[in-house]
Amino acid sequence: MATVKIPPVLRASVGGERELSADGATIGEVLHSLTAAHPATEAQIFAGDGELNRYVNVYLNDEDVRVLEGLDTPVADGDTLVILPAMAGGG
Amino acid sequence: MSTSGAELLRNVKSQITEVDPAQVSELLHEGAVVIDVRGSEEFATGHLPGARSIPRGHLEQRIETVAPEREAELIVYCQSGVRSAYAARTLQQDLGYTNVRSMTGGITLWKDRGYEVEVPRMLSAEQRERYSRHLLIPEIGAEGQEKLLDAKVLLLGAGGLGSPTALYLAAAGVGTLGIVDDDVVDLSNLQRQVIHNSDRIGTPKVDSAAETIRALNPDVKVIGYQTRIDASNIMEIIEGYDVIVDGVDNFPTRYLLNDASVRLRIPVVSASILGFDGQLSVFKPYDGPCYRCLFREPPPAELAPSCGANGVLGVLPGTMGLLQATEVVKLILNIGEPAIGRLLLYDALAATLTEVRVHRDPECPICSRDPDEIADEEMGVFPDYEAFCAAAG
Repeated sequence: MATVKIPPVLRASVGGERELSADGATIGEVLHSLTAAHPATEAQIFAGDGELNRYVNVYLNDEDVRVLEGLDTPVADGDTLVILPAMAGGG
Repeated sequence: MSTSGAELLRNVKSQITEVDPAQVSELLHEGAVVIDVRGSEEFATGHLPGARSIPRGHLEQRIETVAPEREAELIVYCQSGVRSAYAARTLQQDLGYTNVRSMTGGITLWKDRGYEVEVPRMLSAEQRERYSRHLLIPEIGAEGQEKLLDAKVLLLGAGGLGSPTALYLAAAGVGTLGIVDDDVVDLSNLQRQVIHNSDRIGTPKVDSAAETIRALNPDVKVIGYQTRIDASNIMEIIEGYDVIVDGVDNFPTRYLLNDASVRLRIPVVSASILGFDGQLSVFKPYDGPCYRCLFREPPPAELAPSCGANGVLGVLPGTMGLLQATEVVKLILNIGEPAIGRLLLYDALAATLTEVRVHRDPECPICSRDPDEIADEEMGVFPDYEAFCAAAG
C-alpha cells in the first residue's frame, strides 16, 4: 500500500481528500487503482495513449518517475507518490 | 640632543626599501599585498585597486589578518610616502616581515602618473545604522550590503507574491526594484497584497507599491512598468536585471518569461500558490533545470485555475513570497544553497514542506540549446497555445 498525495486541482475529483492510499506494485498500478476508485481523475492523469499527461509530474518519494522507469517503476510498501500538475497562481 | 623630524625620516628611509609607482602598478597583478596605511576617511576618498586599509595606528594588531605569512610580498603606501616609510620599518623590524617596500611619493605621485584609483562606495552613517543587523552577520557584512545596494531585481506582479517580496527586498536594501503590473488596487486584493492599503483603491499597483517602498527605504530606486508583459516587450524589460521574481498568475506568461530569461541567462525565483498550497523553485539557466524542464507543457485551461477564481489563504502568498525574497538575497550574495534543481512544496494545512528533485531535460526545447539559437517567435510558445489562450479568455 502506497500513500498518494493529491494536488489541489484533483481534490474535487477524490471527494476533497488530500492524501489517499492505493495498492499496486508499480507506479502505473498504483495510479490505475486510484483512477479506478475515482474515475474523474483518469483524464487528468493519463493521456489517450495510456502514458502520463505531459503536464503532470509524478514523484516516487522525491524522485521524478520519468528519470526512473516511468509507469513501470516498482513501488514498495510505505512509499509516497506525489502527483504534481503545474500551478500558476500568483495571487 | 634630540633628533629633528627630517633627520628621523632620513634615518628611517635608509633602513627600508622604497618602490616606484610604475613598479607597483606591475606588482599589483602579481599577487603583492598592497596596504593603505592612511586613515579610513582618506582611504574612502580613493585608493589603489585592490588595496587593503590598515590605518598605521592599527598596523600591529591587524596586519596578520591580511598577511599571515612573514615572507609575503607587502607594498605599503600613504598620501606622500612618509607614514608608509615608518609603517614599513615597523613591519620589518618589529614584526619580522622580510619582504616589505614603501611606495615612493604615496598615492599623490600615483595619481600624478595617471594610474587607476578605486573609489569605494562606503555606507553612510545612516546606512550603517539601517542595515546594522546585516552588518553583524559575517555572511553579509558591509561588502554584502553593498552588493544588495548595487543589485537590480525585477518583480513580475505587485500582487499576492510580489507584495511581501517587494517589501522585504526593499527593507533589505536591494538598490533597484523593477515592478511590472498593469492592474489597479482593488478592495479584494487587500486580504493578502500587503504593500497596498485601503486609501490606494483604484491606484495603479506600481504607483502604490512605489509609494510604500519610498516610505520604507529611500535607498531603493523603484522602476515601475505599468504594462502587461508580452512577447513584444519582455526582452526590453528584463534585460539588465540580476534576478527576476516570478509571481505571475498565468501559464503563457510563465513560459514566455522562462524562455526570455534563459536567452538572457537571468535566474528566476519562481513561486505559485493555490488554496493552501505553494510551490517554489529557482531556475538558474544552464546551472540547473528551467521551467520547461519541470513542466514541459501547461495543463489545459480547465485544470489551470488562477487564484482570482479559486481563492487563496491570505497569508499563504506571504509565506511563499518571503521564501522567494530569501532566495533572491542568497543569489545576490552568492551564499547558501539556492533551491536550484529542487521544487519545494508547502502545504499550509498540514504544515509540511516537501521537496522533490527537478532535473535538466536533455531534450528541453529551450535550455538544451544555445541561448543565441532561441528565436523571438519561439518564445512563450507551446503546443495548443492558441487554444489555451482562447479557453483561458
